[in-house]
Amino acid sequence: MATTSIAVVDDRLFAAVLARADDALILGHRLSEWCGHAPMLEEDLALANIALDLIGQARLLYEYAATIENAGHTEDDYAYRRDPHQFRNILLVEQPNGDFAHTIIRQYLYSAFAHAFWQAMTSSADAALAAIAAKSVPESAYHLRHAAEWTIRLGDGTEESHRRAQDALDALFPYTGEMFAIPETETDLIVGGILADPATIRPAWTASLDRILAEAGLAKPQSTWMQSGGRRGRHSEHLGHLLAEMQILPRSYPGAIW
Amino acid sequence: MTLTPLWEVFVRSRNGLAHKHVGSLHAADATLALAAARDLFTRRNEAMSVWVVPSNAITASDPDDAAMLFEPAESKIYRHPSFYEVPDDVGHM
Repeated sequence: MATTSIAVVDDRLFAAVLARADDALILGHRLSEWCGHAPMLEEDLALANIALDLIGQARLLYEYAATIENAGHTEDDYAYRRDPHQFRNILLVEQPNGDFAHTIIRQYLYSAFAHAFWQAMTSSADAALAAIAAKSVPESAYHLRHAAEWTIRLGDGTEESHRRAQDALDALFPYTGEMFAIPETETDLIVGGILADPATIRPAWTASLDRILAEAGLAKPQSTWMQSGGRRGRHSEHLGHLLAEMQILPRSYPGAIW
Repeated sequence: MTLTPLWEVFVRSRNGLAHKHVGSLHAADATLALAAARDLFTRRNEAMSVWVVPSNAITASDPDDAAMLFEPAESKIYRHPSFYEVPDDVGHM
């Protein structure tokens, strides 16, 4: 017997928390796909460690979302029993791993944002979110350092690593706009000091990019056209494939344990 | 020359006073070696501090010299403090 999908309530705080949980879960799952496949053992472990940090953040956020929703759902229900259109993660995190440069550039673009976001969230008016932020900051600080150091080395490495890093940056940059967009449903949460205002995060993100890309010898794409849709549940084709692999076991064997 | 030379990793544990050798890894430079050391050897909350040292910076004794270097010490038990009997009235030393 296969499990059915769940329906979730329409609540602004719940939706905002769920969206951040989805960001962390989907990126964490993407990184976990490198397990056993990374270019070297050292990076295999590093990427798996970061994946575990992100999945840990997702669990705390889903747990809090469940408290807000108060509908008897668990973290596993949110992860395994929603369909692609119910996920609210930004499109950047669901993009395929590609080569190592794509993974690192995606990780850098996200971590430079996430670290500033969690830092700002430590002073959220919502005590539960502030506590999750306090736990996440040391993790995101390391994720940022790891991805930035690799970005520099790929950009400033060999001719091939530079080309691959620049290709990745050009391909992924249009997905960064979503990090700073404010869905209408989040305006009140920002005004109320519950969610960090993306406008206050952007300067830190831009400063990091300018410094790291300059050191890496990579050109920041000048195009201002940005992809969007993730926060409204309109995803790229990649998310469905990711979820199929992530969800097949709990959907096929509900309640399975090991 | 290899792109990712070997590094030796030393970790100072939470209750330890000295850094202890825990293993080795490959990394392109010192910064990445330190990051990899953190990821490989401190995952279970072992560390307060980590050192990485290029393996080729270590000068090791030759195993063939072991007899010359270490055997002479074997017969000199008087170098251990436990060799000496401490008179009772000296008390705790």
